[in-house]
Amino acid sequence: MTYDEHTKVHPVTTGDSLPEVRPEITSTSQVMSGAEILLRSLEAEGVKIMFGHPGGAVIKVYDEMHRINPEFQHILVRHEQGGTHAAEGYAKATGKVGTVLVTSGPGATNTVTGIADAYMDSVPIVVFTGQVPTGLIGNDAFQECDAVGITRSITKHSYLVRDIKDLARTVKEAYHIARTGRPGPVLVDLPKDVLLAEAPFQYPETVNMRGYAVPEAVRPEKLQRAARMIAESKRPLLYVGGGAVSSDASDSLTELARYTGIPVTTTLHGLGAFPEEDPLSLRMLGMHGTWWANQAVQHCDLIIAVGARFDDRVTGKLDSWAPHAKVIHIEIDQSCISKNVFADCAILGNVKTVLERLRPLLDPKDTTEWLQQIDVWRQECPLQYQKDDKLRAQGVIEKLRDKTGGDAVVITDVGQHQMWSAQYFRFLYSRTHITSGGLGTMGFGMPAAMGAAFGMREIGSSRPVVCISGDGGFVMNAQEMSVAAAHKLPIKLAVINNRFLGMVRQWQELFHMERYSHTDLSDTNPDFVKLAEAHHCVGLRANTPEEARQIIDEAWEVTDRPVLMEFSVAKEEMVFPMVPAGAATGEMITDRMTPNSFV
Amino acid sequence: MTDTLILTPQQIIRKKAAGEPIQPDDSEMIQSHTIVVLVENSIGAFIRVINMFSARGFNIDSVTVGVTEDPTVSRMNIVTTGNSRIISQVLRQLSRLVDTIEVIDLTDTDYVERELCLLKVCYNRDSRSEILDVNEIFRGKVVDITSRTMTFELRGPSKKIEAFIDMMASHKILEVARSGRVAMQRDS
Repeated sequence: MTYDEHTKVHPVTTGDSLPEVRPEITSTSQVMSGAEILLRSLEAEGVKIMFGHPGGAVIKVYDEMHRINPEFQHILVRHEQGGTHAAEGYAKATGKVGTVLVTSGPGATNTVTGIADAYMDSVPIVVFTGQVPTGLIGNDAFQECDAVGITRSITKHSYLVRDIKDLARTVKEAYHIARTGRPGPVLVDLPKDVLLAEAPFQYPETVNMRGYAVPEAVRPEKLQRAARMIAESKRPLLYVGGGAVSSDASDSLTELARYTGIPVTTTLHGLGAFPEEDPLSLRMLGMHGTWWANQAVQHCDLIIAVGARFDDRVTGKLDSWAPHAKVIHIEIDQSCISKNVFADCAILGNVKTVLERLRPLLDPKDTTEWLQQIDVWRQECPLQYQKDDKLRAQGVIEKLRDKTGGDAVVITDVGQHQMWSAQYFRFLYSRTHITSGGLGTMGFGMPAAMGAAFGMREIGSSRPVVCISGDGGFVMNAQEMSVAAAHKLPIKLAVINNRFLGMVRQWQELFHMERYSHTDLSDTNPDFVKLAEAHHCVGLRANTPEEARQIIDEAWEVTDRPVLMEFSVAKEEMVFPMVPAGAATGEMITDRMTPNSFV
Repeated sequence: MTDTLILTPQQIIRKKAAGEPIQPDDSEMIQSHTIVVLVENSIGAFIRVINMFSARGFNIDSVTVGVTEDPTVSRMNIVTTGNSRIISQVLRQLSRLVDTIEVIDLTDTDYVERELCLLKVCYNRDSRSEILDVNEIFRGKVVDITSRTMTFELRGPSKKIEAFIDMMASHKILEVARSGRVAMQRDS
């Protein structure tokens, strides 16, 4: 064990103190700086876009970028957190790995929220952070921070590159780790002297990591066992999570569900994996899921979990969740299996592969009676809100749905509008719903929408990018609007303005005797129209349903820059139905009048 | 060891519904486990393993680390406690780390374990022979002696070390240094 990594003082490496280079490599490759090796490696990795912000520790990389003009685009963001969320939005919209480059110290710490967000939501991003020269590490140098240490528990893996020889291999491994298995963020810390040093460049063709294996072979006996359990069940339910989206299993899932007649409920991140207009779709389950999806969970005798992790926002109180169900768990990450809910049959593997191999072992099932029962629940407590002449958030989301017909990439921030989007948008396609679910990061929406818009442009898709945000969260990363404007991205930014931190307000009203402590934003909110205009975007405002329809039409006419649509809505509106935190899934509050037995 | 019941809530409800008795069996007891983790030989890999335990709220009772027959591989011996569900989570979380090459739970296998202990104790004319007697019984070694204190070296399974410390506790123990457990599977 080498204990010297953080303590030993290293001499600053310069070009002439480089380790000896093997002759066969020298003879085939050109000598270049570490900074150029980084850029060439990214080119070799097929990177098309990078979100970054320069600074002292990475100035050499920016210098080389200026000199060699690499084959990918660099987007200068205005805050490193915005950069990481943009990379997430890009990754989730396209399925590719997002790339971020920032400087040391504050540059690195500003990425922490985005990295943690990507870790919780399994988003493949690689974050390159600058670092002080190796010889200064540990000396409290200017703009020094232990980036690897700070992010250790929120990355899938991380590297501190101490030797230019390891640089190209590290980049290769970082992208491999981020992309494969359960995707996740990887951090690569790059000391300045490594970027300044010179060495020959050769990009490795393969990775060789003995400790990292992605489960590939699916065990046939597990598939047969699952098929038997499905055949024996009377009231089966597919519970689909983000894994079905990240493995692009939407088609396989849809085919399996329709063939067998098993109803499907999705988590927040599973939205879009199964078309919500299909009669078999029960929409979202969990805390703000539909009444009928949660009733189905409570009464089903088999749960087929597909790329989902039994999060507490899904299960509520664990000891009364799905009391009658056996569980089949299809999952690529072994640590998710039997973590919260015991899996009677766990199938480890890529969700898409497993579903494709499982499908031929299944027969159509007669689920008519079960579906009829679910329909009764569906009638019992439909999703509804008051429809009058007032502008309401749910109505805004329905209008956006009508405008796009569901063919749009919808990015949401965190809060009430996020839940209403999940409830009322009716997602049809995979990768059209992007949100911060696990970490619940306010300020995610705007930069993630920008990243998604760059992704759509790259793959030549004409799908509009719509960001639905609250007034609280939007302000947290509003600075990226000018970046989107500079690149002429026609993003539609819907700000649902209730002049409150709505979700916290809702909890204060329901569980804290209406003590609205520090959730009123009316004094501190900016003028959103002026804010948009100051960032070279178009700003529009609506106070009534009619105005809302008009500004949406107007916004869709703008094609050369982002449009911010401010929808001024009532502050009292709440998200229903709701399972209070820690309550049993069976105990949903369906409206304001439900007795608060849980308080 | 306690007899904590750790069936999942769903299992309990299902067992109740099926009229099956809900009794804790051996696999559901909180138990001490000895886990061997082979990791890449770097401080980063070592910290990542330890960090995982604290980040996920698992216990570590002892941990040792040292290089193996392969200089690029370190062997960590970790002693942890938990019920079978927690231990299986520990093993899965360990295997999931990029730097871990192999994870083996030795607990239910045939293995040898050793620990080294240095113990410094005060003595006087009255207690001297009793202390040396205890040492004799445990087959320890006296590695240092002054007019006032004696230091013993003792090797053996952790239980033996604990028994030794217990026996010495009636005298004035000044310092105890334990190496933590190392373990290895027996060849069958």
